[in-house]
Amino acid sequence: MIIENMSRRAFLGALGATGLLLVVGCGQSKTAAPAAKYGADSMPHGWVDDPLVFVHIDTDGTVTIICHRQEMGQGVRTSLPMALADELEADWQRVRVRQANADEARFGNQDTDGSRSMRHFFMPVRRAGAAARQMLERAAAARWAVPMTEVEAANHEVVHRATNRRLGYGELAQDASRLFVPSRQSLRLKQPAQFRYIGKGEVGLIDGADIVSGRAAYGIDTVVDGMLYAVVARPPVYGGKVKSYDAEAATKVPGVVKVVEIPGTPPPSEFHPLGGVAVIARNTWAAIQGRKALKIDWDDGANAPYDSASYRAALEQAARAPGEVVRNHGDAVAVMKGVARRVEAEYYIPHMAQAPMEPMAATARIADGRCEVWTSVQAPQVTRQRVADHLKLPFENVTVHVALLGGGFGRKSKPDYVVEAALLSQAMDGAPVKVTWTREDDVQHGYYHTVSVEHLEAGLDTQGKPVAWLHRSVAPSISSTFGPGVEHESPPERGMGLVNVPFIIPNLRVENPPAEAHARIGWYRSVSNIPHAFAIQSFVAELAAAAGRDPKDYLLELLGPDRRIDPRTMGDNWNYTESPALYPFDTGRLRRVIETAATEAGWGKKLPAGQGLGIAAHYSFVTYVAAVVQVAVNEKGEIAIPRIDLAMDSGAQVNPERVRSQIEGACVMGAGNALLSEISFKAGRVVQSNFHDYQVARMNQAPRAIGIHLIGSDFERPLGGVGEPGVPPIAPALANAIFAATGKRIRQLPIRDQLAPPAPQALRR
Amino acid sequence: MQLVINGQAHTFEAQPDMPLLWVLRDVLHMTGTKFGCGMALCGACTVHVDGQPVRACITAVSTVVGKKITTIEAMASDAVGKKLQAAWLEVGVPQCGYCQPGQIMSAAGLLQQTPKPSDDDIDQAMSGNICRCGTYTRIRAAIKKASES
Repeated sequence: MIIENMSRRAFLGALGATGLLLVVGCGQSKTAAPAAKYGADSMPHGWVDDPLVFVHIDTDGTVTIICHRQEMGQGVRTSLPMALADELEADWQRVRVRQANADEARFGNQDTDGSRSMRHFFMPVRRAGAAARQMLERAAAARWAVPMTEVEAANHEVVHRATNRRLGYGELAQDASRLFVPSRQSLRLKQPAQFRYIGKGEVGLIDGADIVSGRAAYGIDTVVDGMLYAVVARPPVYGGKVKSYDAEAATKVPGVVKVVEIPGTPPPSEFHPLGGVAVIARNTWAAIQGRKALKIDWDDGANAPYDSASYRAALEQAARAPGEVVRNHGDAVAVMKGVARRVEAEYYIPHMAQAPMEPMAATARIADGRCEVWTSVQAPQVTRQRVADHLKLPFENVTVHVALLGGGFGRKSKPDYVVEAALLSQAMDGAPVKVTWTREDDVQHGYYHTVSVEHLEAGLDTQGKPVAWLHRSVAPSISSTFGPGVEHESPPERGMGLVNVPFIIPNLRVENPPAEAHARIGWYRSVSNIPHAFAIQSFVAELAAAAGRDPKDYLLELLGPDRRIDPRTMGDNWNYTESPALYPFDTGRLRRVIETAATEAGWGKKLPAGQGLGIAAHYSFVTYVAAVVQVAVNEKGEIAIPRIDLAMDSGAQVNPERVRSQIEGACVMGAGNALLSEISFKAGRVVQSNFHDYQVARMNQAPRAIGIHLIGSDFERPLGGVGEPGVPPIAPALANAIFAATGKRIRQLPIRDQLAPPAPQALRR
Repeated sequence: MQLVINGQAHTFEAQPDMPLLWVLRDVLHMTGTKFGCGMALCGACTVHVDGQPVRACITAVSTVVGKKITTIEAMASDAVGKKLQAAWLEVGVPQCGYCQPGQIMSAAGLLQQTPKPSDDDIDQAMSGNICRCGTYTRIRAAIKKASES
């Protein structure tokens, strides 16, 4: 990987080269009263729309656009700069993209998580592009001494129509850089009809050619002169520590340079390293061999008894007793006693690991009181802060270079591995050290998706309609990773489909009994929506079956008439940080995706024996999704997914091609979650270790065909998230399809061999 | 020790049992070949040895001395590799892209053996390569496109 320091790169005539700029249009110049903040305004460091921060133009006309959000497969390094280039009237062929270092004060929020990048930064980057375009126009008008109204930027040049004079962006860059940045009020944003790239999906992936040729540089690919390579033996139990260790054999392994202990941080461990014993060597292989030769006596600590089987029993017990009430209207408990029919079901969703294909890796070097880090992280700012904290350096003295991420899925929001690299560089007197996590490290020392039991009860009237609904969700919270004594789901976790149920049921009660965490719990693509959607959307289909109704019709009936619900009236004050006025829960949009998915899938069509269709719908990340899964189950109970049809309404699509690719990926990950993936614990230790026992979807198990049906919109409607909301409906739609195909109801994930007939020898006995 | 990689000889020092993957990545700094699992479970490290796809993470370097080693870095100058790379871009296969060098190396191995693969052939050849972003339908489409060009 070539390491280029942005500040060393000379941009002749670059817009950013001058220092005489009055900052009119940039930063958070909010004058509003301390009203509630939503969206990007509510995120640390908010947003920045200053063209001088994001746009550089060389005298040869090369436009360099800074991408301040991290690329992990969403295509953000293509799509955000593309939106800026569109407003700039730049020719995409002459655009380069450069990744920002960690610096939120300069760039605005960089925490790439929560399906937020496009929805929070589409408008700021457009404004930055429009402001730069207007500066170029003004420079041209001044050069020609004509009014601004007579010039127009078009395809990388400014044109004076009356005289057909033209000046390229390169020729104007220097003049433009001396101008004031236009105020936000004076910006002329394009009308959607004028878009060159936005909404078209015709721009190729900016890193595509590098990726297919092996040139693309991920954090793990970092090469720094004189670097050493390390792996770490971490405590097998969360909260454990080294009692004693013997490094004699390890230091004799050829290539091993040094063995050092890394201090851990007792739970809640936040983003701090778990501690352990590190082996530093001349190459990664030698470090791995050295680690195998270590003899370590661990003190396992308080989580040593953690056992997934007994923990599940404890969760079930908690789910069968009343818990903290998180939403309530009517009197579900009383009404339930007198109903014509009561239906009850319990669902179990295990821990999972994100397992991005690029394992965690970071390289750090310390010199002259400064630390430089090269890595793949979703959250560069907190990475920089934690490295500074641990090295006791001022924040300004830490530089975090962000490479491409070989997947993230939430795992790389937690930079414990980067702090490890910094501590090991420190232990080697500042020499560059790369820490690599092996796949075993990733699977066994992760920040896991929560584990949960979802207990649902409904009371049906004589027509089969639910008149009472009781849902108890029990799951250790992500907040437990950040603070002591946490036993309940946090408001964001509850807002992920637990409380914000839009069904017209007169008596509805949602409870959250306590659950203690015994592992690091962390974000996993679409987070708590996974268990909540699986349980609720499976349960709706169970109710439809109990009522003898078609599950799609029944689901639509539960939605009731189209209406826009203030999420706060459903006990959700979070709403993915978005304004309840701009982003109400619009049941009409949910209805439309259900109808679209059903129509596209040919809902109700005749299928061969052993096949079935299942439907599920879910609102998450302020986006509406419905999926119809077609399943085929053979006599051995093996499951194939010939097709998924998924309809999504996330507002307008800035880069529809990358929207589709992400949703296709969500279908595959959702199928893998449902069919295969499970992390379990025994004696406090993760049972699984690599892809043979921590299984994820492979090509032969993935849906064979995926139809993505995007609901169009104008750009007036605020954007919804895209990266995550495709995942939650897949597992329940699959379980519902299995029910349609076989009559067997899946209430526990992963499905794995649950459909296999009993073994013949068991039958004979 | 000497290896011939992409037609070029490289001389270096390494333990004979060191996997080819780590020789490529840490000794020669050829980082296009990726580490994913270390147990031949994910295919990210796929290279060709005498034209056959192998998992570099479990291939001891001493066993490939004197053999013809081809990595992703040479695919642009390989007839099949070039077609695959073009198809990959045309179909828009990559998301994060980390597994794609290994996917392309496995696909190249498939097309060299079976120029017109069926869906089952593709499943057979490609199910050892994990893509966590879930690009499988596009990988299948790109292989078919490359096989038709």
